[in-house]
Amino acid sequence: MITVRFFAMLRNKTGCEFKEYRILKPITVAELKKMLKADFPALSGMLDSRSLLISVNLEFAGMDTMIKDGDEVGLLPPFSGG
Amino acid sequence: MSDSLVRIQKEGFSVEETSALVKKASKGIGALVSFVGAARDFSKGKEISGLDFEHYPGMAEKKLKDIRMRALANFDIIEMAIIHRTGLIAIGEDIVLIVAASAHRNDAFMACEWAITELKRTTPIWKRETTKEGDVWVSETP
Repeated sequence: MITVRFFAMLRNKTGCEFKEYRILKPITVAELKKMLKADFPALSGMLDSRSLLISVNLEFAGMDTMIKDGDEVGLLPPFSGG
Repeated sequence: MSDSLVRIQKEGFSVEETSALVKKASKGIGALVSFVGAARDFSKGKEISGLDFEHYPGMAEKKLKDIRMRALANFDIIEMAIIHRTGLIAIGEDIVLIVAASAHRNDAFMACEWAITELKRTTPIWKRETTKEGDVWVSETP
């Protein structure tokens, strides 16, 4: 099982705080994005945007980063702290 | 020590107390530079009546600790504290505090400026503004 967490305006778009996926083998961030687009059409635009950052286990990840069972993925819209 | 110097918390902070904590690091400190970000009542032409900050627990703290470590490694400073508040913040209240300490002022000024810019760029914290038209998540880092 992997957990995908949604923050800020993404939570408004998905209507939930997180989504869990059962994966049979490690997948890439790019593959996860495809799964998310299918489940959350409202996220499509943001998932294609370069301003959306992805984290895997609390570290920034790239499209090729592998996600394995037990990992936590964060979908991070542009930051506005400070 | 670094746990009390880098924090995300709901409650307010004291610049004086944090500066005193930073100063404990060394008697060689000759300059303290602090940056305080406060909640203003306007943004991009809109009137703001309040702010609500959300962070990614675990990752946000990790990024702030990373900023402190990189500041200590890359600038000639002796110590740095970074505190960011989360949750509801009223107009006029303080949001974020960075204190940089060095032997001479220039290093502390440079490190402090770098740290707040880096915080805005790399720390998963999001701001929601309350306006007359409703609540709006701020999506762009100024």
